[in-house]
Amino acid sequence: MPTEEKLELPQHLLDFIEQWRNKQGNLIMILHKTQEHYGYIPRAAAIELAKILDVPLAKVYGVITFYHFFKLVKPGRNIISVCMGTACYIKGAGDLMAECETLLGCGVNCTTDDEEFSLQGVRCVGCCGLAPLITVGNEVYGKLSADKLPEILAKYRSK
Amino acid sequence: MAVKNFVLVCGGTACESTKGDEIFKALLKSATKHGIKDDVQIIKTGCFGFCEKGPIVKVLPEEEFYVEVTPEDAEDIIAETVVKGRTVERLAYKDASTKGSVSSEKIKFYQKQYRVVLRNCGLINPEDINEYIARDGYLALEKCLTGELTPDSVIEHLKVSGLRGRGGAGFPTWLKWNFSKNVTADQKYVVCNADEGDPGAYMDRSTCEGDPHSIIEAMAIAGFTCGADTGYIYIRAEYPLAIERLNIAIEQAKEAGLLGDNILGSDFSFNLEIRLGAGAFVCGEETALLASIEGKRGMPIPKPPFPAVKGLWGKPSIINNVETFANIPVILTKGGAWFKSIGTAGSPGTKVFALTGQIENSGLVEVPMGTTLRDIVFDIGGGIKNGRKFKAVQTGGPSGGVITEQFLDTPIDFDTLTSIGSMMGSGGMIVMSEDDCIVDVTKFYLEFCVEESCGKCSPCRIGTKKMHEILEKITSGKGEMDDIQKLKDIGKAMKTASLCGLGQTAANPVLSTLKYFEDEYLEHIQDGKCRAGSCKDLMQYKVVTEKCIGCTVCARKCPVNCIEGERKAPHFIVQEKCVKCGACYEACKFDAITIS
Ligand SMILES: Cc1cc2nc3c(=O)[nH]c(=O)nc-3n(C[C@H](O)[C@H](O)[C@H](O)COP(=O)(O)O)c2cc1C
Ligand code: SF4
Ligand code: SF4
Ligand code: FES
Ligand code: FES
Repeated sequence: MPTEEKLELPQHLLDFIEQWRNKQGNLIMILHKTQEHYGYIPRAAAIELAKILDVPLAKVYGVITFYHFFKLVKPGRNIISVCMGTACYIKGAGDLMAECETLLGCGVNCTTDDEEFSLQGVRCVGCCGLAPLITVGNEVYGKLSADKLPEILAKYRSK
Repeated sequence: MAVKNFVLVCGGTACESTKGDEIFKALLKSATKHGIKDDVQIIKTGCFGFCEKGPIVKVLPEEEFYVEVTPEDAEDIIAETVVKGRTVERLAYKDASTKGSVSSEKIKFYQKQYRVVLRNCGLINPEDINEYIARDGYLALEKCLTGELTPDSVIEHLKVSGLRGRGGAGFPTWLKWNFSKNVTADQKYVVCNADEGDPGAYMDRSTCEGDPHSIIEAMAIAGFTCGADTGYIYIRAEYPLAIERLNIAIEQAKEAGLLGDNILGSDFSFNLEIRLGAGAFVCGEETALLASIEGKRGMPIPKPPFPAVKGLWGKPSIINNVETFANIPVILTKGGAWFKSIGTAGSPGTKVFALTGQIENSGLVEVPMGTTLRDIVFDIGGGIKNGRKFKAVQTGGPSGGVITEQFLDTPIDFDTLTSIGSMMGSGGMIVMSEDDCIVDVTKFYLEFCVEESCGKCSPCRIGTKKMHEILEKITSGKGEMDDIQKLKDIGKAMKTASLCGLGQTAANPVLSTLKYFEDEYLEHIQDGKCRAGSCKDLMQYKVVTEKCIGCTVCARKCPVNCIEGERKAPHFIVQEKCVKCGACYEACKFDAITIS
């Protein structure tokens, strides 16, 4: 697997680590930055971080796996997040999720075979007034119904 | 030349995500085009609270309130309203009952609201410290540093005000600050809890986005009062806009000498840093939150010692919720007695609620404590969507419970909500109608708790799982009568034996719905019926004999061949085999198939 290879962290990430090195409790902030760069936390990057910060790899993984936000596998190019917060749930988020699964042909927390889309459920993005909604990247699509989904997904599908 | 008009564009997350920024730019462009750039000030503000009708644009002094605006509407707003002083009818908010356009001060949604926490949201540009200062911002901090207020008098004001923590538990803020103040330590901390884990609530998000300086000012005052020189804002990573606005605000405050070393030339120093959460609900619990700031797995630890005495890195730490902090600067400028005059005796002040669910006007509302649910749901919220019947309101999120029709006229505050088996929580208010299945919604909360239990203690880890399994059983029509007792027993055990608030309260949604809606549980178990029609497994497809002409279309469509009957004779469905795919329902041209 390519992710097992040794990996060189990009300079801006190294700079960020340097900046945070002496601050207490820096690990989570550094993991955020790492995920921002790679889209997930590659194993090789986790190994590298453990080395640079001089903490056991087990501790790094202990933290990564505790928090839902951190991903261990590379996501697809577009991340479809269906809000499964209470406000959205009441307004039919379950149907949106089911329709996304059907349209994409992949289950929740999975990535399509062509690596075009990943599907995930999230807990409230704070736009409950627009419930039910999905987000794709930074775009929010609110007051949705399942029949609008094909059109939205088509926008992101590369031809 | 003096500015003639103000155009306020909502820059809250909901509106921003529906082109708020493009509208803002289009307005600027139109104003330039009409040569009135200097007569009008176009400001991007925080959330107006009326997110459902967003994006919102408000024009002052005309008080025009435009809803669902698009970038293409910008030209008309400038050309008509700003230049000619006319209302753009198609954009104006229409009253649901009279259908007429109404200006902002007459909108029912706002009439019973009273804005203390959200005093600046939707009014000022959160990215400009001067606008905050112009509205008495940083005045309270200045009073502290010039000696007009001392640590003791700050505590006294808070005590008189009766302010209770808005993060859920309602603990008196002055007491917490006083504990921390009276401990001697070489280092103390101030922490703001902006984790807002309750799914379906976004009060704190809107406050951080719309008025970030109020939180910064309050944290500095907390530092001054207790002798802390460092503060942390712990905020969910899922709130990028709030994080950005807080970062901008911190930078501006530093530049203005209101944060950092020797603030305003005094010997008081206070530094503030943002730390990001990473999607764990339990990290809203204060001891778990502190563990997370320390860079560890966010697991709670037993209390006492309380964080005010032994908190972050073992040092005394004040932790307050965003909304609690946002109240503090006004309390200190207007006085504790002023605050105490709002709300109820036991819970002074206001509360911000995120009103969502089956409600006509979904949004953020701030009302004095003691307002009735009827006022919130029917007057402010405009009643239930599509004229459906009210069933209940869920408050307190995964730790709370339901409020039923019989309590619509109960004045809500911390104590009344607890006494009717729910709780204030952080302020999520989910309105449910007859179309929502109580058991299904309860199952939703339990599923949430199963996922979010940190697993440290077994009553919570196993209890939530067991309860969820039972609810799953009930909603799929396999429930048994003794399941109800089992739910109650597990709930009781979790309440007494769990380590932290998550486990102690996770059973609340079940216990509270069992108390008020036991009949619905029983219907699921005994009659295999879900009256709201949400539990798919309990739905039955049936052929209406009178309507069926025996065309056989349904039988041919059925994937499991469970529809029987002779040609030209009424068909029937063998329920045991039906997989509820709905194909027959879709296929029948004579409406002869019903769902019940
Ligand atoms: C499981 C759990 C989740 C919590 N989540 C939050 C939260 O998201 N935001 C918050 O302010 N308080 C939350 N709290 C309450 C905090 O532990 C703490 O009481 C609060 O931040 C104190 O601030 P206050 O006194 O200003 O309310 C949570 C508590 C528990 C047990
Ligand atoms: S009650 Fe639940 S969330 Fe709290 S410490 Fe125990 S297992 Fe963790
Ligand atoms: S709902 Fe589906 S499985 Fe059931 S009878 Fe109709 S077609 Fe057959
Ligand atoms: S519940 Fe979906 S945005 Fe809040
Ligand atoms: S985000 Fe615009 S009104 Fe709430």
